Amino acid sequence: MNVLDFARAFFGDGAHWHGYDGIPTRFAEHIGYCLEALAIAAAIGLPVGLLTGHTGRGGNALAFLATAGRALPSFGLLVLMFIWIGLGLLPVMIPLVVLAVPPILVTTYEAVRSVDPSPVDAARGMGMPETRVLFQVEVPVALPLILSGLRTAAVQIVSTATIAAYVSLGGLGRYIIDGLYQKDYEKVVGGATLVAGLALVTLAVFWAVSRLAVSPGVRRGGRG
Amino acid sequence: MNGFFDLPSDLGQSWLGLVGLHLREALLPVLAGLLVSLPVAQLCVRFRWIYPPVLGIATVLYAIPSLAFFVVLIDYFGQSETTVMIPLALYSLVVLVPAIVDGVRSVPPETLAAAQAMGFGAVRRYFQVQLPLAVPAIIAGLRVATVSSISLVSVGMLIGNQGALGNMLYAAQTYGRPALAVNAVLTIGVLGMLADAALVLLRFLLTPWMPRKGAGR
Amino acid sequence: MVALAATALLAGCSSSDKADNPLTGGKADGDSVVVGSNNFPESTLLADIYGEALKAKGIKVTYKPNIGSRETTYGLIKNGSLTVMPEFNGALLAHLDKKATPKTLEETQDAINAKLDSQLTLLDPAPAQSKDSVTVNAATAGKYHLTDKSSIADLKDIAGDLVIGGSPEFQARQQGLEGLKSVYGLEFKSFKALDTGGPLTLAALKKNAVQVADVFTTDPNITKEKFVVLRDPKNLFGFQNVQPLVRKGALPQKGVDALNAVSAKLDTKTLLELDTQVQAEKKDPLDVARAWLKSAGLG
Repeated sequence: MNVLDFARAFFGDGAHWHGYDGIPTRFAEHIGYCLEALAIAAAIGLPVGLLTGHTGRGGNALAFLATAGRALPSFGLLVLMFIWIGLGLLPVMIPLVVLAVPPILVTTYEAVRSVDPSPVDAARGMGMPETRVLFQVEVPVALPLILSGLRTAAVQIVSTATIAAYVSLGGLGRYIIDGLYQKDYEKVVGGATLVAGLALVTLAVFWAVSRLAVSPGVRRGGRG
Repeated sequence: MNGFFDLPSDLGQSWLGLVGLHLREALLPVLAGLLVSLPVAQLCVRFRWIYPPVLGIATVLYAIPSLAFFVVLIDYFGQSETTVMIPLALYSLVVLVPAIVDGVRSVPPETLAAAQAMGFGAVRRYFQVQLPLAVPAIIAGLRVATVSSISLVSVGMLIGNQGALGNMLYAAQTYGRPALAVNAVLTIGVLGMLADAALVLLRFLLTPWMPRKGAGR
Repeated sequence: MVALAATALLAGCSSSDKADNPLTGGKADGDSVVVGSNNFPESTLLADIYGEALKAKGIKVTYKPNIGSRETTYGLIKNGSLTVMPEFNGALLAHLDKKATPKTLEETQDAINAKLDSQLTLLDPAPAQSKDSVTVNAATAGKYHLTDKSSIADLKDIAGDLVIGGSPEFQARQQGLEGLKSVYGLEFKSFKALDTGGPLTLAALKKNAVQVADVFTTDPNITKEKFVVLRDPKNLFGFQNVQPLVRKGALPQKGVDALNAVSAKLDTKTLLELDTQVQAEKKDPLDVARAWLKSAGLG
């Protein structure tokens, strides 16, 4: 049996397609965890990143926080939060948000910082208030980079949300953890395939969003 | 018995022993990843058409959760350090190849032309011009790979206590000793940050021609 | 800092070069007995008891604790990575032969021996039993009037309203969801994968995230949390005597004698006491094992 046979057996088994342990349910649970974590991380990372990037202050503190956030082990945080908080979604959300905030925060900061200063100065010269400078000049130009930070965070969340299964929640990690203890490699390979597939879908969604949301003038500017 | 650094007997190691084991399980794969990624990246620079498919495979590999890799490898390597280290080496490879390709490609063509004019052959040009100029990009990649490797070793706990410091998490849960989990998370976090700082220092030492202001990201 | 890291690295390397490192994989080497355990505290405690009893007879022992479920450990003892595993005879039988329904301890032993890998053998069973069980939390017991006289069969009409929890492997085992369906005709609302009678199971029962769960009958929390263990009239969970599973020829006779002497003294009451010391009083299992062996004259 090789990996492809396992995958074929997993997806070919009709029992895996319905019920509380079926692929549609687990997929929906997984997407739910990911969206919630990404939303919380964006709600923290975007405003802080925009503000620090706009004012140009706090870059060093940000770099430190981001390194610390990346260095904390997600799996360890999960176990610790389970011990402290108990069963529930919160012990899963905390490590996922800690994981996702650094890329969003740092990329947003850098994106706003690296906007060409001349149009920004011109806008200020025209008497634009600071909020309009930020949202009408800096953000549109910085958008491709900001989206790439969100994309990195989203892909990491999709892969890491599998740890939710360790504390008895659902999601696609369920197949991987159950497969480990049941010594059922079909489940492990099936679950991993679904996670990788969802990561690719995530990339495609971000590609589409950046096509739609980024102004053509900025895109032509060619940030690669 | 309940001190911060007193570990339950099932771990079979002292705290310092686990730190050493953890560093070994995390850093050897990064080293292996670096050694393999240099030639792979060079191929990608040389033959441009290879790069997009390599990047595609890299993206998919990176998205596969570490635990799934571990479980599938158990059949071949048992519940061992090797089983933990192989996926970590793959992740490092996947982070490093694009970093190195971008770094080498960003060397300005004028610089390469100058090297050629000075009579440098391809090999000498690679080692004395392209590679040194790509050091900042390579180190940036190494920082990501190293920190994530140090963090991911802990997942090895799930395949029969192969997670070094991560094994303390199981003990914390089973014996109801949260201090052990705090210890594991903090130790792993501090190790990651120290490794990151060491790499930043290394970059300063390797690139004396770079401006010395601000640590950057 | 570099010096510290270097020292630590050396410490890690040197200790892992020693033959007794429990963390490296590979085969058991000739002169050392490798005692493994499953991923729950009682199994680790039993492994410590076996290992320390062997050490007392001058046998070299290395431990590989918390490996995982039986689905994994049986493969490891079969391929020689482990020499000794604490087992539970009924659960081992269900792993080897789903259809077996032994009525006596002897029948259980015979059925296992018929299916056991030719390189493996069982030593004497201890009187101590630790069974998987179908256990309901206090709220559920109150709501449906279940007492310790009630049986698993009494869930027949209400199972569809209940969430059952157990280790991930419980989902796919005969002594688990499969058997509850085929033997008792129970179909629960859903299954929630927890752990092997550990902190997740306890938390889920207390929070009523599951109403029913697989809890070991030797778990000190049953009395503490007023859980109700349902009777098992059809004997799905069978006999669950603690019994050493060993590789043939890997233990010298004095080792076999030492483990049989342990089994002779280990009854359910003793096991419950030792479990309580580890799980409720948070003592180190190795210390508990040594203290008991000493008091039983085996250490």
